[in-house]
Amino acid sequence: MQMPDPNPDVIARKARIVARLQKVLASDAVIHDPAETRAYECDALTAYRCPPLAAVLPSSTQEVSEVLKICHQEGVPVVPRGAGTSLAGGALPTADCVILGVARMTEVLETDYANRFIRVQTGRTNLSVTGAVEEEDFFYAPDPSSQLACAIAGNIAMNSGGAHCLKYGVTTNNLMGVTMVLMDGTVVELGGAHLDAGGYDLLGLVCGSEGQLGVVTEATLRILRKPEGARPVLMAFDSNEVAGACVSDIIKAGVLPVAIEFMDRPCIEACEAFAKAGYPMCEALLIVEVEGSEDEIAEQLGLILQIARRHNPLELREAQDADEAGRIWLGRKSAFGAMGQINDYICLDGTIPVSELPYVLRRIAEMAEGYGLQVANVFHAGDGNMHPLILFDANGGELEKAEALGADILRLCVEVGGCLTGEHGVGIEKRDLMSDQYGAADLEAQMAVKDVFDPDWLLNPAKVFPLDASERRRSLALAAE
Amino acid sequence: MRPQSEAELAGIIAGATGPFHVRGGGTRAIGRPVAGEVLETGGLSGITLYEPGALTLVVQAGTPLAEVEAALAAEGQRLAFEPMDFRGLLGTSGAPTIGGVVAANVSGPRRVQAGACRDFCLGVRFVDGTGQVIRNGGRVMKNVTGYDLVKLVAGSWGTLGVLTEVSLKVLPVPEAAACLMIDGLSDAAAVGVMAQALGSPFEITGAAHASSGVDGHPVTMLRIEGFAGSVDYRAGRLQEMFADHPVRVERDPDRIRAGWAWVRDVERMHDAAGDVWRISCKPSDAPALTARLEAGTLLYDWGGGLVWALMPEGTDARARLGAFDGHATLVRGSEASRAALPVFQPEPAALATLSAGLRARFDPRGLLNPGLMG
Repeated sequence: MQMPDPNPDVIARKARIVARLQKVLASDAVIHDPAETRAYECDALTAYRCPPLAAVLPSSTQEVSEVLKICHQEGVPVVPRGAGTSLAGGALPTADCVILGVARMTEVLETDYANRFIRVQTGRTNLSVTGAVEEEDFFYAPDPSSQLACAIAGNIAMNSGGAHCLKYGVTTNNLMGVTMVLMDGTVVELGGAHLDAGGYDLLGLVCGSEGQLGVVTEATLRILRKPEGARPVLMAFDSNEVAGACVSDIIKAGVLPVAIEFMDRPCIEACEAFAKAGYPMCEALLIVEVEGSEDEIAEQLGLILQIARRHNPLELREAQDADEAGRIWLGRKSAFGAMGQINDYICLDGTIPVSELPYVLRRIAEMAEGYGLQVANVFHAGDGNMHPLILFDANGGELEKAEALGADILRLCVEVGGCLTGEHGVGIEKRDLMSDQYGAADLEAQMAVKDVFDPDWLLNPAKVFPLDASERRRSLALAAE
Repeated sequence: MRPQSEAELAGIIAGATGPFHVRGGGTRAIGRPVAGEVLETGGLSGITLYEPGALTLVVQAGTPLAEVEAALAAEGQRLAFEPMDFRGLLGTSGAPTIGGVVAANVSGPRRVQAGACRDFCLGVRFVDGTGQVIRNGGRVMKNVTGYDLVKLVAGSWGTLGVLTEVSLKVLPVPEAAACLMIDGLSDAAAVGVMAQALGSPFEITGAAHASSGVDGHPVTMLRIEGFAGSVDYRAGRLQEMFADHPVRVERDPDRIRAGWAWVRDVERMHDAAGDVWRISCKPSDAPALTARLEAGTLLYDWGGGLVWALMPEGTDARARLGAFDGHATLVRGSEASRAALPVFQPEPAALATLSAGLRARFDPRGLLNPGLMG
């Protein structure tokens, strides 16, 4: 993975830059000792590491603004960081950058049940947003797997999804407003407690822009009343094709489950060995969850099971109580941990039209065989968001091979009408594949947006866009200093 | 001008020397009057792809909305965001296009639960002000590949580019619906009732209040949709919840459809003289805001988050509202009103700079609906 050469001029000015940052932040909020900056050398894409010039942990929007002003004046690249759980390398530093972490900004600023929103500082973790409104039986819907650790700031940067977004949508559908600091320190408010934009939908533009347009310090999030109940059903099939067809039929029937999760045989076996959830051994498992009152659940599950039976399932297992429901989810929720036990893995995130599921799964298996690698699939089938896990041995030097297979799989997703990433973001991981999905003019239009928000290309500059596509802009900015 | 293909449209814009007034069906005559040659998208018509099992529709921007809705209805599906028809309110004729719906981010009563038009837009193709064809998003449900220009273009009223194709997420039409009605509530009490209903687990898909309903008296409406058994159950629970009020329950699908079309299309104000303002606000702020407006007639949708106000011609509603969380748009106004008052809420300086910057990048020659948004 190529990253631009650090700017030696910035590195040479480290002492001055650190001194200026120390003037506007608490002394323990500026981390510059190389022994300590290493804590920020990577995010959850751990294959790539580089300690930053410094890391700062501001406590308020005002402090973020001061930091950005200084970095803007000094021409220092800034890499925003939430909780550092990005699987795409969205928070990977360069040696000349300042990591701007929002981890100390975790406060709930306002909860408003009558208007159904919560306003938080963005360092707050996803799960603790729900935690703050649970007492009143409300919740925040987007639920990425990393929700215990990941921060709202990162969720907004990557437009994160989760297992339940089939019904509730992803971050952008649940984000009502933000307070954002531009690279020059200007603080702007986008959206709020109202439901649409008065002018251009800049909020929609900012969500998913991977920390390249501004640093989001506060967010107004839509909260929902918890459903009266929820229940999953487990379905076992003897082929991926049949499971895929069943998914499509359920969706078409007008039932809107909150989640339809899919696991293939390699994944089932690994999860079973790891979590002992008692899954049946088969080619494909679906977990379908519906919500509502007891009667509503029964009505929906009745219809879903009726559809499933038409596809000759090997087994249909309806959760009879909370304990059984927990066991049905147990294997799925421990899938990533289970894989980690067996091997190193790369987790992909391509999305495909649901109708292409069987074909894509077959092609992935063939491609994996060609590379001599194993791929396990576990994903959100209802919306076609795949998570192929490529297993490899990092110590055996298989990383490059695994990455090449990953790139082939993502190109396949694009080829069948899908996209490179459904919820993880581009970061550095998929940066160089962007040209497979978008033409030069399409990328140019996106980069033009960054020109408007961050004319000097200082915010997270080496991400999202292929380096050759963004080179002119990045070097112009450098020359202008 | 009425190009028959995206390539022809791109050529026209690339070679243009003067501004265009971009038009789909011409039914949403909103915004500052635009001086420019009319550029119609009606030649770009037809459904490119429709996969009911994947809930996705790809359609040319100039396709009449009625054609889209008919194709979906044939498969028991619909546009869940329930786009408003502006013809009655604005006195326009013609056929609304799907591109016009997206360009104006038009969302109806179901916005409060299902989401806005922009939330159902999966991808777009458009021609920018230089004549360049740009693609963004795609046709899959989840897509975070690069920046979301789909949301930027949705609601940009053709000022950043001319839409040529949109991909939409569609949803099945539910089996049943019910509408609960409470008569005689004050505006403040109605907003309270709607907040209570929307904060319940019963999935309200419409919450509206008319200070003067069809019969001239106040009426508050709550809609639920879904499987028949579930609708029965939720209607019962909501009646219990509002046991203090006499609640009428409508179950006839045609009457429910007509009632919500009445809300969606702001029918109360169709034949009434005066300017019509659309105010987007924090729902619980609505009663205090409307008290300041001294409007003739009021219609609250989205639980109070969307207010339609009929005002005497030329009244500056913003001056009466003062600063608030939200914005006000002069949707229907005489030419004099629209010349005197900004149609869209003026943005704070930093945001205005960003908006102007985006316009300068996407339409550097200022050819596309110049001045429409102010």
